[in-house]
Amino acid sequence: MQKMPQWADVVLIPLISLLLAAILSALVILAIGENPWAALKLMVDGSMGSTYAWGYTLYYATNFIFTGLAVAIAIHARLFNIGGEGQAMLGGLGVALIALYIPWPHWTLALLGGAVGAALFGAAWALIPAWLQAKRGSHIVITTIMFNFIAAALLNYLLIGALKPSGSMEPATGRFPEATHLPTFQDMFSTAETALFRGAPVNVSFFVALIACVAVWALIWRTRLGYEIRAFGQSESAAKYAGISPTRIIVVTMLISGGLAGMMAINNVMGEAERLVLNAVEGAGFIGIAVALMGRSHPFGVLLAALLFGFLYQGGAELALWTSIPRELIVVIQALVILFTGALDNMVRMPLEAMFLRLRPAPKPARKTEPAE
Amino acid sequence: MDFLTLLQVLDTTIRLATPLLLACLAGLFSERAGIFDIGLEGKMLASAFLTAAVAAASGSVLIGTVAGIGAALALSGVHGLASITFRGNQLISGVAINFLAAGLTVVVAQSWFGQGGRTPQLSGNARFETIDLPLAAEMRDIPILGPIYAELISGHTLLVYVGLLMVPLTWWVLFRTRFGLRLRAVGENPAAVDTAGVSVVGLRFAAVAICGLLTGLAGAYLSTGLQAGFVKDMTAGRGYIALAALIFAKWRPWYALGACLLFGFLQAIALRPDVIEGTLGFEVGVQLLDALPYILTVVILAGFVGRAIPPRAGGEPYVKER
Repeated sequence: MQKMPQWADVVLIPLISLLLAAILSALVILAIGENPWAALKLMVDGSMGSTYAWGYTLYYATNFIFTGLAVAIAIHARLFNIGGEGQAMLGGLGVALIALYIPWPHWTLALLGGAVGAALFGAAWALIPAWLQAKRGSHIVITTIMFNFIAAALLNYLLIGALKPSGSMEPATGRFPEATHLPTFQDMFSTAETALFRGAPVNVSFFVALIACVAVWALIWRTRLGYEIRAFGQSESAAKYAGISPTRIIVVTMLISGGLAGMMAINNVMGEAERLVLNAVEGAGFIGIAVALMGRSHPFGVLLAALLFGFLYQGGAELALWTSIPRELIVVIQALVILFTGALDNMVRMPLEAMFLRLRPAPKPARKTEPAE
Repeated sequence: MDFLTLLQVLDTTIRLATPLLLACLAGLFSERAGIFDIGLEGKMLASAFLTAAVAAASGSVLIGTVAGIGAALALSGVHGLASITFRGNQLISGVAINFLAAGLTVVVAQSWFGQGGRTPQLSGNARFETIDLPLAAEMRDIPILGPIYAELISGHTLLVYVGLLMVPLTWWVLFRTRFGLRLRAVGENPAAVDTAGVSVVGLRFAAVAICGLLTGLAGAYLSTGLQAGFVKDMTAGRGYIALAALIFAKWRPWYALGACLLFGFLQAIALRPDVIEGTLGFEVGVQLLDALPYILTVVILAGFVGRAIPPRAGGEPYVKER
């Protein structure tokens, strides 16, 4: 029996959690002697006030859609993939290798190849933790954390060694060839008279991210595999009884999850930097956790939450530019969102459930049984 | 590698292993009571900042350390509230705490000191002084043993010795006291502890508080013992290495000492590439040394070298009536 209507679970709880996080963030801003209202206005202006601002907001959102989807699909199988960061780093490596060493005739093919390469590398980085969880029972959270650090060391090693062009001092690969450059929104939407999105990094990958949202939705709710993933997440023993192999589900889910996290690289590496630099991911893998929690693991929710975090990121950068509030304020807000929507979920949920139970009309005695949820 | 170089590397090992050890023992208490804690990193960072900030303001490292422990305890309180009281996901709570500390320390440091997220350089009484053990100077001339005593064992800061003493103390508390028995029981089978009339919530909060205390010491050591002041993200993944050491040690105090010394040694030789090359005859990438603790932990987790089995009720919130 449901304790409260679905809309409360899907809309009300995230909104209240967000509100709590916002209030605490406002207190932090007050405490360091700035005006929260002015800060908010600056953030809104800086992230949505012009097509240029939107260009950055959507660029960040694209990253977060990919990593958010990665965490979300793992949550459906009750796996907590905290390794999005490492998987996205490896995705960057995949994109770099494919863009640098294969002569692409046109950006459409390069995008396709880059996406496949990024997904394969990201998935490969998720494979070992998945296999260890399925076969050896090693906790996937711990192994994926370890793999984040191993990925960082690996990229560090490659970028100051094998992948660095000779003569260069910077730990980065050479620039990708012209044919792999993805069209930005500026290329796509600007007309001769009006330049839109001028200089903003948002590019065609945004649409790939939207397609990924739809694909993940279809996968989870419209395919047999998605059904098996959800069944496994709800009850491992019931899934086993229904003939679903836990090993297969864990490995396949983590491969998809890692692949999605890796695909972030077509946006930040191929679309923006056009070469692989150190720390290209910039914590987007971890923001995926907040995005997935906030979005209630639903692709549409992930999209909205990713836009919200895109706004926070771009707005935060503007804040750091114009006020004395450092960029790290965004990390605080991100932490508060994770705390309230994830860990302190029951703190919001329990009183709400009690409230809805009290509001419920008295059950009619004539009805025998209610269908279970 | 000659004897003196070896002593230097081992000396660095002890200094670098201390924060790992304190954090690892902190995690040990928490996880033995069934509360996973991936927020060690954040608590160390918060303590490192507040210790340095208060020490800079008051000029006393002891007042600073108390404040730092307070910061770590406050974050422990959040973790306890989320994972014990509201039965939330302990891992997500830990992640949130890490970010909270990473963000707040810089925001507050910038607001207080305006030096780009760092505290002023500490000196004098605002840092922990090195302690020379008795007779260190006199024994220096004795071959082999003299330098070992004078260089390696003597001449560290207070918290290094506190960390080392914590190992037998942790062992004694966990395995020789009634409190320790109950604490371990609550991590294996909380229902049994509850049936015996002992408060599961109380025990878990006690464990989380001890965890806060020890991570507080670890953080204080980072900013006032190992370095002279706080810089942004100065924990640099040490909380996670401590977590790795905890698994490597299979949740046992003496093994934890061994694991932390090993990982400290890896960090110490990573600082001396010349020594590695001189000893092994070939170059070893610093990145490999950085990654080695994590790789070793994955191997241990995989169960290829003796299996690491965590406390049975770890990560599970306790619900009194099902």
